[in-house]
Amino acid sequence: MISQSIITQLKEVLGSENVLTEKEDMLTYSYDAAVLDAQMPGAVVIPADTEGIGHVVKVCHENRIPLTVRGAGTNLSGGTIPEGHGIVLLTGRLNKIIEINEADMYAVVQPGVVTADLAAAVEAKGLFYPPDPGSQAVSTIGGNVAENAGGLRGLKYGVTKDYVMGMRFFDAQGNYIKTGSRTVKCATGYNITGLMVGSEGTLGVLDEITLKLIPAPQDRHSLVAVYDTIEQASETVAAIIAARIVPATLEILDNFTIRAVEDFSKAGLPVEAAALLLIEVDGHPAVVKEEGVKVEALCKKLGATSINVAQTDAERDKIWAARRSALSALAKLKPTLVLEDATVPRSKIPDMVKALQDIATTYKIDIGTFGHAGDGNLHPTILTDKRNTEEFHRVEEAIEEIFDKALALGGTLSGEHGTGIAKAPFLEKEAGYSSILFSRQLRGALDPNNILNPGKITGVSSDTTN
Amino acid sequence: MANMNELANLVKELEEQLVTCIRCGMCQSVCPLFEQTRKEADVARGKLALLTGLMENIFTDPDGVNERLNRCLLCGSCAANCPSGVNVLEIFIKARAILTEYKGLSPAKQLIFKKMLANPGTFDTLVAWAGKFQGLFAKDDANAQGTSCARLVSPLLADRHFVPLASTPFHKEIPEQGLKTKGTKLKAAIFTGCLIDKVFPNIARSTIKALDHHGVGVSIPSGQGCCGIPALASGDRETFTRLVDHNLALFDKENFDVLVTACATCTSTIKKLWPSVYKDASSGVKARLEALSKRTMDINQFMVDHVDTKLGESQGDSNGETVTYHDPCHLKKSLGVSGQPRQMIKAAGKNLVEMSGSDKCCGMGGSFNVYHYDLSSAIGKLKQQNISDTGCTTLSTGCPACMMQISDMLAKNNANIRVRHPMELYAEALEK
Repeated sequence: MISQSIITQLKEVLGSENVLTEKEDMLTYSYDAAVLDAQMPGAVVIPADTEGIGHVVKVCHENRIPLTVRGAGTNLSGGTIPEGHGIVLLTGRLNKIIEINEADMYAVVQPGVVTADLAAAVEAKGLFYPPDPGSQAVSTIGGNVAENAGGLRGLKYGVTKDYVMGMRFFDAQGNYIKTGSRTVKCATGYNITGLMVGSEGTLGVLDEITLKLIPAPQDRHSLVAVYDTIEQASETVAAIIAARIVPATLEILDNFTIRAVEDFSKAGLPVEAAALLLIEVDGHPAVVKEEGVKVEALCKKLGATSINVAQTDAERDKIWAARRSALSALAKLKPTLVLEDATVPRSKIPDMVKALQDIATTYKIDIGTFGHAGDGNLHPTILTDKRNTEEFHRVEEAIEEIFDKALALGGTLSGEHGTGIAKAPFLEKEAGYSSILFSRQLRGALDPNNILNPGKITGVSSDTTN
Repeated sequence: MANMNELANLVKELEEQLVTCIRCGMCQSVCPLFEQTRKEADVARGKLALLTGLMENIFTDPDGVNERLNRCLLCGSCAANCPSGVNVLEIFIKARAILTEYKGLSPAKQLIFKKMLANPGTFDTLVAWAGKFQGLFAKDDANAQGTSCARLVSPLLADRHFVPLASTPFHKEIPEQGLKTKGTKLKAAIFTGCLIDKVFPNIARSTIKALDHHGVGVSIPSGQGCCGIPALASGDRETFTRLVDHNLALFDKENFDVLVTACATCTSTIKKLWPSVYKDASSGVKARLEALSKRTMDINQFMVDHVDTKLGESQGDSNGETVTYHDPCHLKKSLGVSGQPRQMIKAAGKNLVEMSGSDKCCGMGGSFNVYHYDLSSAIGKLKQQNISDTGCTTLSTGCPACMMQISDMLAKNNANIRVRHPMELYAEALEK
């Protein structure tokens, strides 16, 4: 429990309206977007500047109070579900874009800046911040960095880790750490920046983040290809990559998802199709034109029954609206939606798709599959009702089998959603015990009292080796 | 107070709707209140979690949830953008009713809703008296919006610039037995709405003028009451139901093809809430409400989709007048009507310019403006900025409540921009 004197002390520094303790408010910070049990924190604090963050970390350090940082709470692996009776630090007031430097092409932001807001601000200056997680309209840069968020453009442009140049953060003892640089190259010290990206709030509390920007692509070309078998679609993906073409986006929708989207949006999608590929190439107009023709030819050659090329921006928007509505369309089918992101080497996409269909049959559950075929990151989406405990048990078994299959194919448990609580028990399967031990020792050395987002990544907090 | 277990059982009525929220948090991107406070309890996901908490009986009293539930504009931005299709507005309105029925209505609200609003005759009389005396405590701002402000420091009015009550309400302008005109084709009944009747009667006059011009028969039964939304927003389902009964009986007697209203909120309430929230409707009443709902339409939508309105479009005869249009939440997000009001403005020969964020809520939210004026104004200020940035001379919108809020915000900013309903602009053009 957090004592009254600690609450008073926090209120003195942050202002009483920025320290919440009422049970109703605690309930609203007890969950995120993962289908996991909620945990109510003991207090929620809303600092507005570096000094405020530093004070909260110091209080947590001195009193050994667990601390979980929360941006938009859209985490899909439970990374923002706090430790019971701990403190939740909200980044809502830390939402300033400090600098967009056009000459050196970088941006410096506070962690609470919304991803889409940064992308728009950067675009207004003719620059480009590519990482575009599905939740970008609400997700924060701090959350994206902590989770190493991905998105639709991973194949060509990479993920969040490829754009973090440096940062400033508080470690568990309240020391202020500067790492990385505003230069393109930087070879001093450990690559602490790299370690911090994806650390899910377990190694430090972010303050300022410096992000790499790139020039915006001049042109783009989108198309949809329709297939009778999912194998042909998968082979097309492999053929495009083999032809040394790297599309900005290369997405797949399976039949279950196509039907759900069509029921929902009446966009005129072919409901009999086994799979759709949605492809976009971008870059210099001449290259875009050449690659567009090549991609179209490859789709035809590998059995696409029809190809629809967007001629106008409106047609392009229509193509991507279908992809963007995939999750919504599936979400409307049943009360509970479990969105997985097991990822395989892209050549194994056909095997993974087949495995997912078998798993759906074996466990008698509904799985819609769509996702980033180009980078091997599929999103098997399980539709259920968690109040039906018998069915939900089958769902949990199916998820474990999905994990096993992805690992057997040389893949990973998570392409972009993070380990959090949801995948912590399975991490050893992927990385082995030594890797867990190494992580726990690292964490133990930096955070001896285990106050930074306990229970995430390396396993349960009560473990003796933790 | 009865025990919380009983309340939990009452909230269970909402369970099937509550479980559809997948906690994705996308509502944060569109909620005008969350944009101001960035607090989870202010956004739909947080409120749905709180209601689930009530249902699971984890609170010792309902006050904290009730207070947070009422911090909402009921603008429906969340519902319109919800990936999972959660029927947020209906849930919130039903939850407010459940909590109010459990806790009891505050004495002030009992007086306002049960003694005044529920009795249209009494309400009209009281407002008429207020109209006569408003000059004593308010003075004319002499600005483009035609607002007034408090003469002296007034805790009730704060620093509001409000559009004053009309010297004569609209219902006094029509015959006592109601208005009936013979048309050549369609017959339209008009549901006036309180704000148009008492504050903006010119919108009603303009509507009649336009319908007459196009040969549409008009019928306006007298003795119309409020659509019920103010009572419903405060959880008073009983007064709401009485008002629906009263109005339903009036319009059942009329012979018309379409029921039109020039108030976005009234239209949305009649179409969506009358059939779904009416308390313990018998199958007969339910069928009548559903039939009426199907025949109810926004006036702009009626004019464009069913009447040939091709007046001054693209003739450039705008007298240098540039109009920007604000999408009322209850028109665009609730009913999907956004193109027709714009077409009416163009049909009036005006030069239409788009503001940025035309469909962002103006911050009015009915009683939200009364109880949370600071937040309401902060949201309204963003709207005012977007309007002013267009360099327009007129702001047009299809909802009198939005007109009140926007007039207040423009007056505060000393903006020389008048505020008109699209029907007023169209009727002005007919006169020329």
